[in-house]
Amino acid sequence: MSRHRIVRTMDYNDEYDGYDDIYGHSVEDEHCISPTDAQQWLYDRARGQQSISAFISKNKDIQEEEADEEEDAAFEKARRDSESFQMPQLDEIEQAKLSSCVDEVRSVVGDAVSERRIVETSMKFDYDMQKILDEILNEETKKSAKPSVNRMKAPAAPVLPKTVSKTVATPPPKISLKEPRRGFEIPSPKVPSSPVVSGRNTPVDISGDDISRSSATLFKVSKEQAVRNARQLYEKERADQKSHIHMIVIGHVDAGKSTLMGHLLYDTGNVSQRVMHKHEQESKKLGKQSFMYAWVLDETGEERTRGITMDVGQSRIETKTKIVTLLDAPGHKDFIPNMISGATQADVALLVVDATRGEFESGFELGGQTREHAILVRSLGVNQLGVVINKLDTVGWSQERFTEIVTKLKSFLKLAGFKESDVSFTPCSGLTGENLTKKAQEPALTSWYSGPHLLDVIENFKVPERAIDRPLRMSVSDIYKGTGSGFCISGRVETGVLCLNDKVLVGASREQAQVKSLTMNEFPQTSVFAGDQVSVTLPALDINNVTVGCIISDPQTPIPVTTRFQARIIVFNVKVPITMGFPVLLHHQSLIEPAVVCKLTASIHKSTGEVVKKKPRCLGNNSCALVELETSRPICIERYADFKELGRVMLRVAGVTIAAGMVTKIR
Amino acid sequence: MKLLGKYVDKGMQGNVTLMPEESEDMWHAYNLIAEGDSVRSTTIRKVQNETATGSSTSNRVRTTLTIAVESIDFDTQACVLRLKGRNIEENQYVKMGAYHTLDLELNRKFELRKPEWDTIALERIEMACDPTQSADVAAVVMQEGLAHVCLITASMTLVRSKIEVSIPRKRKGSVQQHEKGLAKFYEQVMQSILRHVNFDVVKCVLIASPGFVRDQFYDYMFQQAVKMDYKLLLDNKSKFMLVHASSGFKHSLKEVLQDPAVLAKMSDTKAAGEVKALEQFYMMLQCEPAKAFYGKKHVLQAAESQAIETLLISDNLFRCQDVGLRKEYVNLVESVRDAGGEVKIFSSMHISGEQLAQLTGIAALLRFPMPELEDSDDDDDEDGAAGGADSD
Repeated sequence: MSRHRIVRTMDYNDEYDGYDDIYGHSVEDEHCISPTDAQQWLYDRARGQQSISAFISKNKDIQEEEADEEEDAAFEKARRDSESFQMPQLDEIEQAKLSSCVDEVRSVVGDAVSERRIVETSMKFDYDMQKILDEILNEETKKSAKPSVNRMKAPAAPVLPKTVSKTVATPPPKISLKEPRRGFEIPSPKVPSSPVVSGRNTPVDISGDDISRSSATLFKVSKEQAVRNARQLYEKERADQKSHIHMIVIGHVDAGKSTLMGHLLYDTGNVSQRVMHKHEQESKKLGKQSFMYAWVLDETGEERTRGITMDVGQSRIETKTKIVTLLDAPGHKDFIPNMISGATQADVALLVVDATRGEFESGFELGGQTREHAILVRSLGVNQLGVVINKLDTVGWSQERFTEIVTKLKSFLKLAGFKESDVSFTPCSGLTGENLTKKAQEPALTSWYSGPHLLDVIENFKVPERAIDRPLRMSVSDIYKGTGSGFCISGRVETGVLCLNDKVLVGASREQAQVKSLTMNEFPQTSVFAGDQVSVTLPALDINNVTVGCIISDPQTPIPVTTRFQARIIVFNVKVPITMGFPVLLHHQSLIEPAVVCKLTASIHKSTGEVVKKKPRCLGNNSCALVELETSRPICIERYADFKELGRVMLRVAGVTIAAGMVTKIR
Repeated sequence: MKLLGKYVDKGMQGNVTLMPEESEDMWHAYNLIAEGDSVRSTTIRKVQNETATGSSTSNRVRTTLTIAVESIDFDTQACVLRLKGRNIEENQYVKMGAYHTLDLELNRKFELRKPEWDTIALERIEMACDPTQSADVAAVVMQEGLAHVCLITASMTLVRSKIEVSIPRKRKGSVQQHEKGLAKFYEQVMQSILRHVNFDVVKCVLIASPGFVRDQFYDYMFQQAVKMDYKLLLDNKSKFMLVHASSGFKHSLKEVLQDPAVLAKMSDTKAAGEVKALEQFYMMLQCEPAKAFYGKKHVLQAAESQAIETLLISDNLFRCQDVGLRKEYVNLVESVRDAGGEVKIFSSMHISGEQLAQLTGIAALLRFPMPELEDSDDDDDEDGAAGGADSD
């Protein structure tokens, strides 16, 4: 009714009746506050690297997003203790020292000790970490009979005496240039060897970059998500399960990859007799009976009529100790982009070669896929390789042929950067099923071969270490309509852990979404971990903002988004040299994006890593260089030093892979 | 383009009257007109009249104006050229010095006066008026989930539409989703061809893709055409041509234009010629690096010793605002010609031209190796060369 009020004669004192009541009160949640005020209340890692726990105990006024957790009595008391605690008056340097010190201590002892206690102890020992910790921990054990054991699993190693303030960032891990390396042997990222089990899944300090990066972090997450202990969760959930491993099957076109896998699936009982019979009848009808096993994985009509795999086929088998996800890659040259997106998901690879005379040679010579695939998977970070000499029955299980192929491949694989101990050679036949899941029975073969059969080889693959403690990164490889509402995004969790109802950021647009359902192999899950192949339902997300190849990341440490970055590349055999302005296709995980080589920074020596020439005019065959790449659209990418999995790129031109590289700098 | 009159005196001063006839002529006009030139053309201007009583009326009149060009604006998609400048010839409607923006229109003549006509500009007129150079080709480069529908004219490659559809991958038990997605994608590409390709002008439609996508699409398109009775497609079935390309991205057009079958059909268009020339440059760089150079500094040095056999230069260098810089490039072109070399001016609207523009915009194949050039580049030179190109 305010329209009808007589404004002119209004008594303002009456109108602002309640004004005096509010005046002088603290700012409440529904009120707007100025940015400087907001800064005071908001958690910002850039300032002094405070941990969340320190923040919680210092600011009593902030409401928890989910305030329903039941904290144990001791913690409650400690919190109250610190509530009334005022920070002592110190000058700036002292303050910085103190806060870094408190932070360090917190990362070891967790929330169990009050802020006041830590501060007092720190001042007492003049910020000497070792002494402070001794003091506090000793007291703790004396005080309570139940120390927080899980928090102290790795107490000594990661705690370095650090007296300087943290704002003086530790230098980012540098790739040491001196030590000789060959092929793709590159130093792995500097991750603490025994991850700190500190009750937080955000890394405490990876590199100097992290500090500046997190300044943009204003995305809220639930407290549960923020302080989750990934390793513990993993141990709880997966302790009783077999370890997962992803295996990609690669090789020249018509080497028999799909048939081999189809037969393996059949022999391990993953394909029913009925289905197999159907395939047999149908393939017979088309006059392609030899394709009956391949049809297990080649499902689309196009693939079946043409008799070649076009997209990566997926299925899984269980061995005695492992669950193996098989990725059946296409061998045809035109489908290498599909193969690359499959290979980025793989931990180990199975290289299938055709032993038939002439066939092996054509696949192995320059331009053959045996060669390109092996180099590709190696540069995508696969270092365990099982070589299967297939179709050996066509040459009468001849040992000479086997050894001939093995010697040829051995020298090549060594050049490509595989360690000899990580490569195994197995003779078999995908069509007849010889030496597949049972020991060889063919007398011609048993006379000279007594090694393991294929399933054993797969069994013997080592499961690589999963980076569960790192922030979440998941690469999207497929988007499809799910059964329920919304659409499903499937992909591989590269690092970290993802739980139901977690908030995540999607792609370069950093759109926020909440995980509504998680499935792995059609089974719903509550949490998934690094290395898993999962489907995620994200409702209320614009489908146009999600593309194949984008990265889903943790809101607390979002993935960098850029259009320009520097990479260290190794140039393969190229027809024409790479110059500046060279248009390439950038392959990053499942992403394919046009890019331009916009600057050749330096060419470097292949084995020593020294700069040979600054700003070279062009890059020829087998050279190694630092270049800058620019994409037309922003992409999500990580430095190799931070995230091995997300720092690898491939450059392709006109259907040929011209270079592989690691991201060294992001603009 | 039609040349209606040309008066250029000994001092290379003068004016030229031209009539653009098709949209591509606008591109030529864009390359011809520089800031500081004066253009006379018919245009529509809103004129305000104040009556004796003080009320004002405004009406649009068609009038002929001459302006001194201050800024040039070219829309590549619509092929519209807009010139802004001050009026330099007063008439009854427009005062001296009043600003006006001329929209050059098709089939309306305009008169261009330049303080100095150089060879590049005169050549451009000749090229624009050459009626034989009109080989219009439409090309569809595609891969699963991505397609570009492009029109390739003599001096331009225009991306008419880009289609991006995320197609679900094949997965256990749900092949239909993949096939449905694919069909939806093909439908969109087909609609885009129907919308953007003018079959009266276009001589041939290239469908390029890796794998079997092109065959699948071709089959789909003509099945649909029969079903839905698309006369346009059925009548022009013979114009379609299937070519291999490694991906559905725009720069794989380069591969398409190098395909021997395409070359035979398109004979000698500028686009294909440029791709070939750039390829030659790269081959030379691979085999004899001392005989191929790029960057302004190296090329100028090579030109000084009369070593240049073929000069590749992007036309965006001639569009630069700096008169002195343009003159430098014009002199370079003339000196190379005088020394018996060949000059290829790339259109920056073609794929290869885009690449050349990225490669500092200037490159040269030499008659004899000059290794001393290669050695001389140590610290600062590439910056200078790159700077020259970036200024555009």
